Amino acid sequence: MSTNEPTDDAPPSPPAPSPASADEATPDARPQSTRDDTPPADASPSAEPSVEPKLNIDDLHFWYSDNHALQGITMDVQPNKVTALIGPSGCGKSTLLRCLNRMNELIQGTTLEGTILVDGQDIYAEDTDPVMVRRRVGMVFQKPNPFPKTIYKNVAWGAEINGYTGDVDALVERSLRQAALWDEVKDQLHTSALNLSGGQQQRLCIARTLAVQPDVVLMDEPASALDPIATSKVEETITELKKDYTIVIVTHNMQQASRISDETAFLYMGRLVEMNPTDELFTRPEKDRTEAYVTGRFG
Amino acid sequence: MDMHSDGTFELRRSQRKRIGMVLAGILFLATIFGIVVLMALLVDVILTAAPWLDAQFVHSFPSSTPGEAGIWSPLIGTLWLMGLTALISVPLGVASALYLEEYAQDGWFLRLIQVNIANLAGVPSVVYGILGLALFVRFASLENSLLAGALTLSLLILPIIIISTQEALRSLPSGIRESAFALGATRWQVIYSHVLPMAAPGIMTGVILALSRAIGETAPLILVGALTFVPFVPRGAMDQFTALPIQIFNWTARPQDEFRGLAAAAIVILMILLFTMNLTAILLRNYFEERRAGA
Amino acid sequence: MSTTPSPPPTTADNETTRGPRPADDLRQQVYDSPKEKAIEYALGACALVSVLTTLGIAAVLLIESIPFFQSVPLSEFFGETRWTPQFTEKHFGIWALLSGTLLVTVISAVVALPVGLASAIFISEYASTWVRKILKPGLELLAGVPTVVYGYFALSFVTPLLQTFVPGLGVYNALSAGIVVGIMIIPMVASLSEDALQAVPNTLARAAYALGATKYEAVVRVNVPAAFGGIMASFILAVSRAIGETMIVTLAAGASPKTTADPTEAIQTMTAFIVQVSKGDTPQGTIEYQSIFAVGLVLFLITLAMNVFANRITRRYQEKY
Repeated sequence: MSTNEPTDDAPPSPPAPSPASADEATPDARPQSTRDDTPPADASPSAEPSVEPKLNIDDLHFWYSDNHALQGITMDVQPNKVTALIGPSGCGKSTLLRCLNRMNELIQGTTLEGTILVDGQDIYAEDTDPVMVRRRVGMVFQKPNPFPKTIYKNVAWGAEINGYTGDVDALVERSLRQAALWDEVKDQLHTSALNLSGGQQQRLCIARTLAVQPDVVLMDEPASALDPIATSKVEETITELKKDYTIVIVTHNMQQASRISDETAFLYMGRLVEMNPTDELFTRPEKDRTEAYVTGRFG
Repeated sequence: MDMHSDGTFELRRSQRKRIGMVLAGILFLATIFGIVVLMALLVDVILTAAPWLDAQFVHSFPSSTPGEAGIWSPLIGTLWLMGLTALISVPLGVASALYLEEYAQDGWFLRLIQVNIANLAGVPSVVYGILGLALFVRFASLENSLLAGALTLSLLILPIIIISTQEALRSLPSGIRESAFALGATRWQVIYSHVLPMAAPGIMTGVILALSRAIGETAPLILVGALTFVPFVPRGAMDQFTALPIQIFNWTARPQDEFRGLAAAAIVILMILLFTMNLTAILLRNYFEERRAGA
Repeated sequence: MSTTPSPPPTTADNETTRGPRPADDLRQQVYDSPKEKAIEYALGACALVSVLTTLGIAAVLLIESIPFFQSVPLSEFFGETRWTPQFTEKHFGIWALLSGTLLVTVISAVVALPVGLASAIFISEYASTWVRKILKPGLELLAGVPTVVYGYFALSFVTPLLQTFVPGLGVYNALSAGIVVGIMIIPMVASLSEDALQAVPNTLARAAYALGATKYEAVVRVNVPAAFGGIMASFILAVSRAIGETMIVTLAAGASPKTTADPTEAIQTMTAFIVQVSKGDTPQGTIEYQSIFAVGLVLFLITLAMNVFANRITRRYQEKY
């Protein structure tokens, strides 16, 4: 359909005059005191307004052995926003997401080039530790996959292994409240998480991720395995969460992207075609291919 | 142009059907052949053993007088061997499998180890016996002790434990590892908190089957010098020993009918031990599979 | 501002005050901390034990064989047909033991390969789910019977049974031992061949049905040939197991090394010889003691070659589907 090849304008330059302003919650809005395992005393989280992008991705290339899955992605992700990654199957959106917390390096035979900065720090630098990256950048997967343990242990485990010294009970409650699951499970915290419904399991996985207190939460089609009611619950949760977190979400569902995201990036065949504020991208797409995709003419 | 050639089809439907039926019958008979032989073996052994099996037989030491002979020391020796072999081979085997599945990077080294393990599993047990004789009995001067026997049996079943543990690790849903890593866990935290507990029933199944293979082995124990007449019970890993298969071998090899009866009685005891272990393993596996299906 | 390219990493790395976390946060070595590294190396060391086992077997067999081959030249070892290490006039012709091993192995293959393959086809293609649920554990139990018990069975059940058909059959003979070794390896052939048959995509059989094939035609002319590689691998592995089998032949085949093709005669296999020597109190350093390592070396090389070959076939056909 579309004649405009995304390869023509590489590297794609998303012209996003981001409306990131101070009325959005600043990163220090949530309690930092609980992350007492790492920060030195001179950490001053509230020093600057959050105009700097949370994530900078610069000329990112990724290969699964010979398959060149990402071909030079450059984009920024704004703090305390929901950024949606959309595109047809195999366009590389999940791969891109998994590059953001170094999950892809668990797959053997993969190669990565380019840089990804979180708060200005290169997460692929020689001396950067993947565990530290994943504590900062959490992830929720497509299929709800709670550990075969109790609800309480599911939430507490990540904090425990990361040396959390605070009140674990309070942390579990706060995380479950943030994931809008507390009221449903508060009387069965010590029963198996596998007894929960699919939607509850997914919100438990969100709570589990929040308990580690990341800055960024990545979500890989978090509602695709859920029914409509559970989906809307998860979506509400996501909208709530952006007050405190930067969220990057992969979705194949364009209604979902337009409902919950502030910015949307459209990927096609391993390249970023267009990245813009969501309402702009859906109503006035710059590229023909984006328009073709969002209007359902292909994909 | 005519779509059909002028040839005709002879379907011979009923003839082909008959061939199929006959073939199915033959296949079925061949399949139950093994089961029938197993039955014959069990019935023969039990009938021959019946007059000899009693509490006195279990509690007596081997003797050259058939009426007084028993299997107390071989039975205890076998239990000792099983315990020591488990102590040595299970940590080694599980650790090896963890390294191969959870740590090792794909490459020539990993492939070399994998090919090596597959080939080790096919080395005849008597060759392990030769290794044990030269390495443990003579070179390490362990003499014909329980420890030398257990070390030899451990090397023998190590490939089995590694392979079955690898299978148990591979059968875990990969999402478990991913989500634990995504929470900022290290590799050992993922293994210790999630991988090992979830794979434990599968690993246990493999371990039990491997141990049941070990306690049925005879040739390696003959090589490392298990005794054939032991009127005492071992008190430590450095003691001399005998074991049930050795005693069975010894009694079977004697021409007199009485000793044949004793051999059969010892076989019954050994088979009860083995069937109990196998049954435990099968039940464990079924329970595991059901729980997995339910989850 | 997102239009501007990201700052080069060096600049960013120096911006230690920006963001809610200090920059050295990400550099704390947790994933590869000393503890994690120690665990990895410890587990890797355990994995090396299996490699050391192979090296140990090879080293022991080679080192202990050297003095043997210094007194027994290879020309005699492979040129002589008599094997009489315990006689005053010693001969070391491996053919006498090899022929015994070969005879038992051929008999066992005649029993096990057809029966095992038939069982595999029946279980894989014909048996209903519940029949399979009975048959497979049955075969597993058969596989779990210790070889010394099979030896007892050969000597006290199969041989007397055979003596009613074969007049003049001695107590020790290759036939009885070979049949029982065959029974022992049936489960191995059955289970490995079944794996090979299961690995064939059932689209092949469906295509055959679509062409009007009957069930047996689909099975015999499509599925079995498609699984040929895996079935061959199972045959080779099972035969290699038969070659290495020790207790059945020690108990039932006799202790008379001779080059013969007559299954009713008593013979001695390589494995039985090893047991016979080590059962007696043969002093270290004598030629009999050394001879078990030489025979063990031959046995190891033969079975290793077969295993390597079979595993290679298996890997190839696994890649095919």
